[in-house]
Amino acid sequence: MIEAPTAPTSTKSMRILIIEDDREAASYLVKALKESGHVADHAADGEEGLYAAETRDYDVLIVDRMLPKLDGLSIISRLRESGQSTPVLILSALGQVDDRVKGLRAGGDDYLSKPFAISELLARVEVLGRRRGAKDVETSYRVGDLELDRLSHEVRRAGKPIVLQPREFRLLEYLMKNANQVVTRTMLLENVWDYHFDPQTNVIDVHISRLRSKIERDFGSPILHTVRGAGYIIRADD
Amino acid sequence: MGRFRSLMRMTAVRLSAVYFLLFAICAVVLVVYVTATASTIVEDQSRQAISEELADLAQVYQQNGIIGLVRTIDRRSRQPGASLYLVTDATGRIIAGNVESLQAGVLDDAGPTPDAFSYERYADDHGQRYHLAIAEVVSLPNGMRILVGRDQSEQVRFRGVVQSALILALALMGVAALITWFFIGRSALKRLDGVTAASARILSGDLSERLPVTGAGDEFDRLSANLNTLLARISLLQEGLQQVSDNIAHDLRTPLTRLRTRAEGALSAPPDVGEAREVMEQMIAECDQMIRTFDALLMISRVEAGSDQVIKSEIDLAAIAADVVDLYEPLAEDANGELVLEAPERLTVFASRELIAQALSNLIDNALKYATGEERKVTIRVRLSEEAGWWRLSVSDDGPGIPAEKRDRVLERFYRLDQSRSLPGSGLGLSLVQAIARVHGGRLVLEDAGPGLTVRLEVPREERPAGERGDG
Repeated sequence: MIEAPTAPTSTKSMRILIIEDDREAASYLVKALKESGHVADHAADGEEGLYAAETRDYDVLIVDRMLPKLDGLSIISRLRESGQSTPVLILSALGQVDDRVKGLRAGGDDYLSKPFAISELLARVEVLGRRRGAKDVETSYRVGDLELDRLSHEVRRAGKPIVLQPREFRLLEYLMKNANQVVTRTMLLENVWDYHFDPQTNVIDVHISRLRSKIERDFGSPILHTVRGAGYIIRADD
Repeated sequence: MGRFRSLMRMTAVRLSAVYFLLFAICAVVLVVYVTATASTIVEDQSRQAISEELADLAQVYQQNGIIGLVRTIDRRSRQPGASLYLVTDATGRIIAGNVESLQAGVLDDAGPTPDAFSYERYADDHGQRYHLAIAEVVSLPNGMRILVGRDQSEQVRFRGVVQSALILALALMGVAALITWFFIGRSALKRLDGVTAASARILSGDLSERLPVTGAGDEFDRLSANLNTLLARISLLQEGLQQVSDNIAHDLRTPLTRLRTRAEGALSAPPDVGEAREVMEQMIAECDQMIRTFDALLMISRVEAGSDQVIKSEIDLAAIAADVVDLYEPLAEDANGELVLEAPERLTVFASRELIAQALSNLIDNALKYATGEERKVTIRVRLSEEAGWWRLSVSDDGPGIPAEKRDRVLERFYRLDQSRSLPGSGLGLSLVQAIARVHGGRLVLEDAGPGLTVRLEVPREERPAGERGDG
């Protein structure tokens, strides 16, 4: 078990722009991102944010939906119109069913409603920042001695085949696609099941423990770790 | 409101002014035309009578000479009537006639007088000395002049009478029209004022107030009725809002108090990093639960606010049911339960994928929470069916169930059966499912599953509206 939820899980440092008018929340975000080894800038209103996003190179933009001068969705639309594809995480206090859809339609890549756990934000930023690495085109993933073939749907560990249910396969696929990064329960529900509501009970945990027993039971060394207060990470212990 | 009313009044005043002006112009034209025509006719008649008399006198002159003519004129001028006669010699001295004096210059030209002239006559029976007349002058070869005319005083008076009668009649009509308009306009304005006053009271916060409806079924009534429906809708929404805020006050204050007490306790205790960490973790868990409650409340009110708040698309309910069952299956197994799905191969409807999935998830979650936990194995059945244009999605368990008299209450927000207070949950799960059923035009039914409880979502099947793009 890994204790610190905000521990950097990879060495690559990212440049992140936070466009958020709540200065206290923003400074807390900047601090948390810096502690995770990233470089973070802050813009306090929409126009300043758009200018910064247009003139400097960032790996991820964190954009609040409601901003003075220029609202978050307009910033994203303008950036997308000018051909900028920097991944955007939308923050919103609205957090309702269709707000997400509107946000993603405007060109956002991910959506997080306020209030959120900082570990949730960090995990999503990491995933967004690495999306540029375009792992989607890879046909197989490998973490330590665990292999997953996306075409033949075969999973092996140390060469031994493991039989997984279709849902378990997709769960593992998502975890391995984002190997060495913390993946939260909400991210799993969103990406593996495509649901965005909050199931009152932690249904995901049970799925994870089943998957874990299949990929770890006969192999001794743990590979699917629980990150306390954050989520899960798949990582080979070296 | 006062400004609106005075504007209305001003509009009324302007309208009536324009109306009255138009009427007055028409009336004046009418009066002028009628009197002008009338006097022309009367004058023509007089002139014709004069010409006839002159022709008659010419005959007398031819038969009896000048003496006969003067006598005849003298005789005729002694008879009472409107005729006037005058005979002068070549020097202008009056020889005979009933005219005492004449306006100067009338006798100068022979032929009909172009205009009426004034004159004085003897033996005035009205005590009036000056009169108006029209006449024709004839000059005889010996230089004598004969004037035969008709008094016009009667005509002038007649014209005056016609004129004043017309003016009076028109003035009366104008006033009557104004009064009628005033009362009709006023009654309309009065009803508008009633609406204005009622809406002012509503604006000042009395949402139970309604606009007056007279029952006449006219435009005003239809407008008022529509606005009243609108008001009813608004007050319903406001009541919902009120309930939500009451609920928030009640159900968020409690955990907030706990949170505060916990923080205070940790602060007053001797510093201990380990303990402080533990308290903070508890506090975060408490916060998360509050956020969850808050989200559920917002979601319910948002969904209840109307169907336009919800994004619908064509979805396969069977696939969703299978998905959610798949999501909960491991959890059910761990809780010594079994999740059974009975659904057709495919059932496509136009609905919100996210909301239907959430509803089903809440129902399964509830069943797992309240029916399991005993020694024996619990079976939870998820059934999906379609019949007569309605689709039904139900979750049945064979647990303890809910007594019939309490089934309605569990749909209320925050209501929790006493025995379940110790279990985690916000008490909002079923309220949300009910809101989701309603936003799809359906209902939520609770039934005895004998043993256990069946909760069923019953929704009329909606077709995808033409031309609409849906998103899940």
